Amino acid sequence: MDFSFLANNIVELTVTGLALGAIYALVALGYTMVYGVLQLINFAHSEVFMYGTFAVAWVFVFVHGRTPSTQTLGETIGLLLLSLVAAMVVSALIAMLLERVAYRPLLKRKAPRLMALISAIGASFALAELMGLRDRVAGWVGLRDDLDAYVAKARDTYSNPVTIQPQTLFEVGGYGVKDVDVMVILASLFMMLALDQFVRRTRFGRGMRAVAQDPESAALMGVNSTRIIRGTFILGGLMAGAAATLYMVKIGSTRQDAGFILGVKAFTAAVLGGIGNLRGALVGGLLLGVSENYGAALFGTEWKDVVAFVLLILILLVRPSGLLGESLGKARA
Amino acid sequence: MNRSTRMWHLGALAMATSLALAACGSSESDGAASGDNAAADCQEQNLAFLGALTGDAGALGVNMVNGIKLAVEEYNADAECPVGLKEFDSQGSPDKAPALATQIVGDDTIIGLVGPGFSGESLATGKTFFESGVPTISPSATNVTITDQGWTTWHRIIGNDQAQGEADARYLLDTVGATKVFVIDDAQDYSKGLSGVVREGLGDAEVGYDQIQVKQTDMSSVVTKVTSSDADAVFYGGYYTEAGLLAKQLRQAGWEGTFMSGDGSQDPAFVEVAGEAAEGAVLSAPAAPAPEDFAARVEESTGSAAGLYTTQSYDAANIFFAALESGATDAQAINEFIGSYEGEGVSGPISFDDKGDIETSTIYAYMVTGGELDLENPTPIE
Repeated sequence: MDFSFLANNIVELTVTGLALGAIYALVALGYTMVYGVLQLINFAHSEVFMYGTFAVAWVFVFVHGRTPSTQTLGETIGLLLLSLVAAMVVSALIAMLLERVAYRPLLKRKAPRLMALISAIGASFALAELMGLRDRVAGWVGLRDDLDAYVAKARDTYSNPVTIQPQTLFEVGGYGVKDVDVMVILASLFMMLALDQFVRRTRFGRGMRAVAQDPESAALMGVNSTRIIRGTFILGGLMAGAAATLYMVKIGSTRQDAGFILGVKAFTAAVLGGIGNLRGALVGGLLLGVSENYGAALFGTEWKDVVAFVLLILILLVRPSGLLGESLGKARA
Repeated sequence: MNRSTRMWHLGALAMATSLALAACGSSESDGAASGDNAAADCQEQNLAFLGALTGDAGALGVNMVNGIKLAVEEYNADAECPVGLKEFDSQGSPDKAPALATQIVGDDTIIGLVGPGFSGESLATGKTFFESGVPTISPSATNVTITDQGWTTWHRIIGNDQAQGEADARYLLDTVGATKVFVIDDAQDYSKGLSGVVREGLGDAEVGYDQIQVKQTDMSSVVTKVTSSDADAVFYGGYYTEAGLLAKQLRQAGWEGTFMSGDGSQDPAFVEVAGEAAEGAVLSAPAAPAPEDFAARVEESTGSAAGLYTTQSYDAANIFFAALESGATDAQAINEFIGSYEGEGVSGPISFDDKGDIETSTIYAYMVTGGELDLENPTPIE
């Protein structure tokens, strides 16, 4: 164990860990909201995120072409906002599609929850493979050559042609904090704050909480639960789209199975904070990101997942419902 | 019983006739096919290829088969008895290869095997080939442990990971002039093996070692380790996706040293992932690009360009043909011929040591310059 390394680089490890954790947290919101409303784990949410990452890369390729270049955050801000919109739209559409195809028919027929779980896993594979076979899909509609920049080598890593070069923003304890990390953390905090307020203050949010507490009473009180459920999926998709944009700023590459590991981490973050709890997702995500980095520093990078999951087990042993408890419904208005 | 045997003979005769006819029909344009010489006292003989022709690494297997096809065509053009080629597609998987190896071993017409393509399938099938005495020459399997198994029928025509790792360490110390090297790998067999040899070669110049995971995308903790160790070079054992992400995130953190990796990363996709951060990276490989006239012959014969391992496969097939020309007919004689073979192939001088490793192999350093991986002009590492 290398305590002196951890101590000497604590600022850098914390900041980069928080940045990744903020992305986990945004994706975790999608798991946690759907769970809050339906008591269902939407395992296909990782693909909602993955489609968002491709939307970002495609916007960059469309505007910028495939020639690699390096730019600062300031130079790309316009493109980033554009790709943020694209990613949020694409992710929300995929989430809506999922709800319509993989969930609603089952819920309508009052199928057991296990069926919905299997349906989600199936949808997850189908979406990931569809992305991995996009060259053939383009071939079927006769656009293979026109879309070459977007679909070539469909199973390989697909990169954003623009590398965003982080600039030092300010120094803390000898480490220059990078603007990219600060932007990622602030942007996700802002998104989460906005979502939190939306759920607390709007009529739709009140409906969400009502369905989460007691679907039948909510229906009796005139809440259209189908509309609420669809809206919840869309909200999760919007957050995943934002997460995808931040991920592409930080990492810059994606592929058809990029959602899997990140989805597992985000799901873990949701459970860590208390699944069904919006603020729990934030706490869980940030804690997971930072503890991964600390674990990697102490034991070696190959141990970072072990450290993160041991932490999860320890916390669940002490607090079985997660750090902040499960309570989308109990959130006070 | 008798009756059915007769029927079988008749059937076989009919089939042989129709095959011969079909062969004659198709051989008009292609003098190499077997129909013409079938009348002479030739027995059917085939070379086998075992490796990935489909799947993620399918392109590499196709490169190999193209080399073999060219060798077969050139041999058959003036051979007394023609040789055919039987392809067995393992998809590069150690799980699928053993069943195919059993098929190859059971086929009496097969005189030898070019392959297996990869290290995993080599380890999974080596024993089968050894026990039945089928001589094999792999154009591409580089794992060190394969030739430690005592399989006397197993040969490779390419430098192994030991040779590559030693060369990489020398390159970092002598050519780059690095004094502090940070070594990273992705914990897979190939990667750990290669980085282990490099670490040995570096000795005191190694300032740190870390392992990442396959499919890891955020490298921030490793980057922190590299930058805080003041390393002036990084060696990464692994494949191009993680190598690209690592190179990119190191540059993003402001690190300015030399990035080096092995043949797992020697792919234009490395540059695609790393973007401009790939500039100046050094990627080693135990193979040189195909000579121009050879590449032209491959293109003319197979219609596709020569790629990685095409030269080695061509040379491997030609060693079998040299064995046939020397009069060796059974597996044992061919194997002995290979063991004592010495010659100059397209890929370089070829001779094998007692274990089946190629005796002299050159490792090449490929550079990323001007935004792309220069596959044409590598520097041989002394």
